Amino acid sequence: MIFLKLILTSLGRHRIRSFISIAGIAFSVAAMLTIVTVLQGAVGMFSGILSSDSEIIVFERNVSDLFFSNVSPEAARVIAGWPKVQHADPVLFGIVSSLDHPIVTCFGVTSSDARIRNAAWLRGERADFGQHADDVVLGERAAEFLNATLGAHVQIGHGTFHVIGIVRTANGFEDGGVFMPLKSAQDFFHKDGSSVITIKLRNKDEGAAFKSEVKAKYPNLIALEDEEFTHSYSQFKILKATAWAVGGCGLLLGGLGVANTMIMSVFTRIREIAILRVNGFSTSQIGGTIFGESALVALLGAVTGLVIGTAFLFALKLIPSLHGYVDVSIQPLVVLTVIVLALFTGVAGALYPAIYAMRIRAVEALRFE
Amino acid sequence: MRALATETASERIVLQASDVWKSYDDGAISVLNGVDLEAGEGETVALCGPSGCGKSTLLHLLGGLDEPDRGRISVNGTKLSPQRSRLHLLRHEIGFVFQLHNLIPGLTLEENCLIPTVAAGVDRETARARLLQLTSLTGLDHRLGQRIQKLSGGERQRTALCRALMNKPRILLADEPTGSLDEQSSAAVFSLLLQLVETEGLTLVMATHDRAMAARCDRLVEMRNGRIYEPKSV
Repeated sequence: MIFLKLILTSLGRHRIRSFISIAGIAFSVAAMLTIVTVLQGAVGMFSGILSSDSEIIVFERNVSDLFFSNVSPEAARVIAGWPKVQHADPVLFGIVSSLDHPIVTCFGVTSSDARIRNAAWLRGERADFGQHADDVVLGERAAEFLNATLGAHVQIGHGTFHVIGIVRTANGFEDGGVFMPLKSAQDFFHKDGSSVITIKLRNKDEGAAFKSEVKAKYPNLIALEDEEFTHSYSQFKILKATAWAVGGCGLLLGGLGVANTMIMSVFTRIREIAILRVNGFSTSQIGGTIFGESALVALLGAVTGLVIGTAFLFALKLIPSLHGYVDVSIQPLVVLTVIVLALFTGVAGALYPAIYAMRIRAVEALRFE
Repeated sequence: MRALATETASERIVLQASDVWKSYDDGAISVLNGVDLEAGEGETVALCGPSGCGKSTLLHLLGGLDEPDRGRISVNGTKLSPQRSRLHLLRHEIGFVFQLHNLIPGLTLEENCLIPTVAAGVDRETARARLLQLTSLTGLDHRLGQRIQKLSGGERQRTALCRALMNKPRILLADEPTGSLDEQSSAAVFSLLLQLVETEGLTLVMATHDRAMAARCDRLVEMRNGRIYEPKSV
């Protein structure tokens, strides 16, 4: 109790300095939480597109990005015919620009594709999809930003398309995308195949056998279960690493703030530390008060940061232009990691001040005015 | 010249400095030059002498806060050695009172007094009982929850006295304990100090400029230029 009181008293003596340190950690944590959650949400959404009513995706081996993958129509046709495959949906991803919108994601899909089947059709009829080469279906948000209604013609890239439906999906990327018949997409993007094939097996347990079969028959292709893909896809890895690195830099700055606070705290308490030594405090007990102080600053900062970060994420979700893109499902592991990192930062920031405090010689410090 | 324990004191020597030397700045400033001092159990010893003669330094060495360049310090018959025994010394065997009260601002009287018990890992109930005993003896039992800033100078010094005695040390080292108080408070605190020393059966070694106070101790030891000149029985 006295330990806690010593810590609180020390923090309370320099309230503004303590507040600034806590704020430093809080904003770092909030930034890390926001960046990581948004990016994980984006990764989750992209994974969601691929795993829509499927458990395995097949794509070209050793491509740096799925947009560069090209799976031949013949492979798609053969794989679809394998007995263990319930259905195989070739999907072609493409990115084009439209008026005022530099990035519009296009999905070339067949009329039987799960994305078309499972979407809520707000306008138009599902049966009309794929009837004509220039027909497209817009995600709800894409219809908004393209200012398009059912029956309208929209300029997408260098082509003009006829809107035959508007759909709502749970996925932000799909909601902001354009669905076009696979053949039209192949022509539009000058590709003869598809980016991926999403596979649903008749028996989920045959995943390993299916992957081996793909490897044996099509050495240039790779089949991965959805979770495997999410963990191994280099773009996701880069995104996640970037998110943690940016967040980590923020925390590093927060840690420097804690270090500064603790150094000042120790320097202004030299005599007090000497008094504790004279009254029997060991060096580890002295260190404990310093580390405890920094840990408390870090913990308060982490909790405050989590609150700020969560509020910020909810605020982002309310922005119409980001609708569907921000997934505010904060993962407990992320929260735990952020708290642990904040505490580590706080403790690391107190390392030098604690060592300094532990080395203070009572007899010299008692002369310190 | 050796300052030996008085014949009236117990035979048992609890504090002993033998040929103790101390200097600072790599020997440039010589503070103690071969000091010998003994204090018997229950004895009160006053160290007198001009400022800078080495009284405080000697007290720091006796209390294990500093190490002599040469010579031997023994407490209760055991030579002081680095770290561990010093910690035990500060926690259980020796209490310090300084000219400045050296209390921690922001904490209450009670919290300040409990610091040594926290350091020594004394259980809460025992510590609390000791606190009530000492604050009752020093007339501070009604001020337990007061922050240090709200106490008078005399009360602060009495609090420091309580804190020094919390872990029931057998030796009390006092460095001009009333030096920062007015005459009236000074007399009151010193009387209380002697009363506590007697009640608790402590050995007291006190540095002071106040000859009248020194005269109330069992023995007066004169220091000059880092040496003990002569023991004077009072």
